[in-house]
Amino acid sequence: MADAAIELVGIDKRFGAVHANRSISLRIPAGTIHGIIGENGAGKSTLMSILYGFYQADEGEILVKGEPAKILTPSDAIARGIGMVHQHFMLVHNFTVLENIILGAEGEPLLKTSIAKARSELERLERDYGLEVDPDAIVDDLPVGLQQRVEILKALFRGADILILDEPTGVLTPAEADHLFRILRQLKDEGKTIVLITHKLREIMAVTDNVSVMRQGALVATRKTNETTVEELAELMVGRRVLLRVDKGPAKAGDVLLSVRNLTVKDARGVTMVDNVSFDLRAGEIVGIAGVAGNGQTELLEAVTGIRKAVSGTVMLDGRPVDLTGAADPADLRKRGMAHVPEDRHHMGLVLPFEESENAILGYHRQEKYAKGVLLDVEAVRADALEKILKYDIRPADPRLRTANFSGGNQQKIVLSREMEQDPKVLIVGQPTRGVDVGAIEFIHKRLIDMRDQGKAVLLVSVELDEIRSLSDRILVMFAGRIVGERDSEATEGELGLLMAGVEEREAAE
Amino acid sequence: MSVPFAKLPAWADYGLIPLINLAVAFLVAGLVVLLVGENPLRAAVILIDGALGRGQAIAYTLYYATSFIFTGLAVAVAFHCGLFNIGGEGQAYVGGLGVALVCLAFDSVFPWWLTFPLAIAGSALLGAAWAFIPAYLQARRGSHIVITTIMFNFIAASLMVYLLVNVLKPASSQAPQTRTFLEGGQLPKLNWLLEAFGFSVRSAPLNVSFLLALLAAFLVWVLIWRTRLGYEIRTRGHSPKAARYAGVGESRIIIVTMLISGALAGMMALNPVMGDQNRLAIDFVTGAGFVGIAVALMGRSHPAGIVPAAILFGILYQGGAELAFEMPGISRDMIVIIQGLVILFAGALEHMFRPALQALFASFGSRSVAAEAKQRGGA
Repeated sequence: MADAAIELVGIDKRFGAVHANRSISLRIPAGTIHGIIGENGAGKSTLMSILYGFYQADEGEILVKGEPAKILTPSDAIARGIGMVHQHFMLVHNFTVLENIILGAEGEPLLKTSIAKARSELERLERDYGLEVDPDAIVDDLPVGLQQRVEILKALFRGADILILDEPTGVLTPAEADHLFRILRQLKDEGKTIVLITHKLREIMAVTDNVSVMRQGALVATRKTNETTVEELAELMVGRRVLLRVDKGPAKAGDVLLSVRNLTVKDARGVTMVDNVSFDLRAGEIVGIAGVAGNGQTELLEAVTGIRKAVSGTVMLDGRPVDLTGAADPADLRKRGMAHVPEDRHHMGLVLPFEESENAILGYHRQEKYAKGVLLDVEAVRADALEKILKYDIRPADPRLRTANFSGGNQQKIVLSREMEQDPKVLIVGQPTRGVDVGAIEFIHKRLIDMRDQGKAVLLVSVELDEIRSLSDRILVMFAGRIVGERDSEATEGELGLLMAGVEEREAAE
Repeated sequence: MSVPFAKLPAWADYGLIPLINLAVAFLVAGLVVLLVGENPLRAAVILIDGALGRGQAIAYTLYYATSFIFTGLAVAVAFHCGLFNIGGEGQAYVGGLGVALVCLAFDSVFPWWLTFPLAIAGSALLGAAWAFIPAYLQARRGSHIVITTIMFNFIAASLMVYLLVNVLKPASSQAPQTRTFLEGGQLPKLNWLLEAFGFSVRSAPLNVSFLLALLAAFLVWVLIWRTRLGYEIRTRGHSPKAARYAGVGESRIIIVTMLISGALAGMMALNPVMGDQNRLAIDFVTGAGFVGIAVALMGRSHPAGIVPAAILFGILYQGGAELAFEMPGISRDMIVIIQGLVILFAGALEHMFRPALQALFASFGSRSVAAEAKQRGGA
């Protein structure tokens, strides 16, 4: 067996009553790609933070390249050749690539000399690893995939031979993700060791040599990737068998319940975010809107639900017009049968400091059943919340608990139960499973299909292509504010990926 | 990245933390007293004795507290909506005009118990009106309410000086103040209340508006935690995005909240104008509007915290006056320093001791609840 790049022995970490890492021992051989997978809160990030010096373990030992290492700060980690690519990039947006790369590693008092040195070093790195990027480009002008490349270069520039990547594909198109995997393989061939943290089973299968599964702070298994299956990993993550495929019958599409014509939305700076978008949503079908984050989906959702004013466009809800450019407001749309599960659960869909029962009526708090004269009938609100808690298996089953204390999956169930139990005609759903654990994803998907089968019209916006493909009856692809294509649910990932990258559109323009 | 923490029980959150903050504020204040060359322990004894030692002193303390309850509630209601109303001072000042107009008109006709409700309405109405303009500017024009309410304090001061000197002053008088109200414009004192507890009170300004303040505190609790309007106010205060999502009209909720806040600040004027001086005089608010900010911060915007916090500041005011009288090295400004320290520790540094306390509770921790403080970082 090859030498270990990193060896963790009995790492244990508690935050108060929370046991984040339970005596974890792990050996990562040098020159391999090692996946770490687990649900939210399983302790993956804590473990990597300990390795990178953000936290110190309460107990246990870290060996880097066979030597015991005391890693108290990230600079200790960097000094030992450990580099980290964060999920949210740590780049200065108005600096050039080169300036970002030397930031914190300038080395000399005068920038001019260190920049010159850095430039030749950067050129060597780009050549060796196939990581082309213009050193003089402003980071803000680069697409997300290239920004990520800058992060990788930054770590390599500091001499990293062990790279930790935290959920690296969350912001990438499928093509960009594939490109990243090619880069990772090349880095491996050059002898680097790579640790990949992810919750996407497919990525683990595609690129890793070994995979470790974490559950509730403990490392439950390490497998050779080519000796395991997606099903086994999912079961290890959740601790029970998980249905990964969504079972659904054919859609019985009915009347058009939501009809959007020529909708245009601008942001606060006057930039067009949604550009002349038209589509129909019928009873009994799920229409998925695919696209890389930031291509106007958020603005589309907010405009259709009355949260953001549209510049122009006509909209019919259940046969009656809605004035999205003026008078429409969310309360009114709710009364007319539109329910909305927003993308931004933490700031929009929930008020985190509220107790659970208060969130269970958000947007519906003016209904008569919650009123007792001028007062809010707190008992009725709590009883109502408890009913939904039991029906949707929200845990812990305590309507008086602060919402912030629920896990991501349970928070999302609070929002879903509130919106679905209103028996809406049209359900608008944004990123229903973002930050939600595998077990809850299964439940949420099943619920969405149920809604469809009950004859609701469901509009689903998600950046998870798998989710769009497995749930939708029709798929619309959004790119740069426009709908650039419509496909049925049989569309291949490659086909959709090209549309999401705007390829077809560019060809048409030529 | 997950940052787990232990949730504190309510008594620690609302009781222990303010007490710790207060203790630290007094400790630092003690150092300042030491620096001035006086004995901090003796100063503390004089202060406490001067505020609580005799029936007379208690009556004064509660008189000051009455004003602070009103202004504290005013600031708290706005806080719940995410608005920082610094204009309590001006709203109370203009509220005084409402009290005076009612009293001047009816004091010869009605007994006090008929004038009182009218005066309450008058003070609330004018206080709310004074808060309306900044509220409107915030809601419709996006002018920051902190700036506009501060400005309106100055405008209120100038306006009131103009009115008192040119309009309301009796022709024969030299002082810029209204005539003294007749009996129908004077609130009864509450000396009997303290005497019922066995204290003797010679003459003190504590009056029935103290009871009104307690009632207002209860009603504010009902409003914020038991009505749909209060629910909407809190939603907007915690998350403007969630409020928009829930269909709570932003302009409407800002304006309504500020009207309530201004009305509460305006009602503060009842206490000095109708309860004590029995006339409208220049500068009768004397900083109570600003003390309200400290009271609301310290009381964590909850009526059950605001009433004790207001009494605490009443103690500082009354005891501080005694202290300045007894100790030549200490002036009234010392009290302002202590107030400042309380605001610093109870408000600005509110969370300074929280992590340590949470760690302490967590280590005992069977009842503590783990939570994801930040949005997940992929863990």
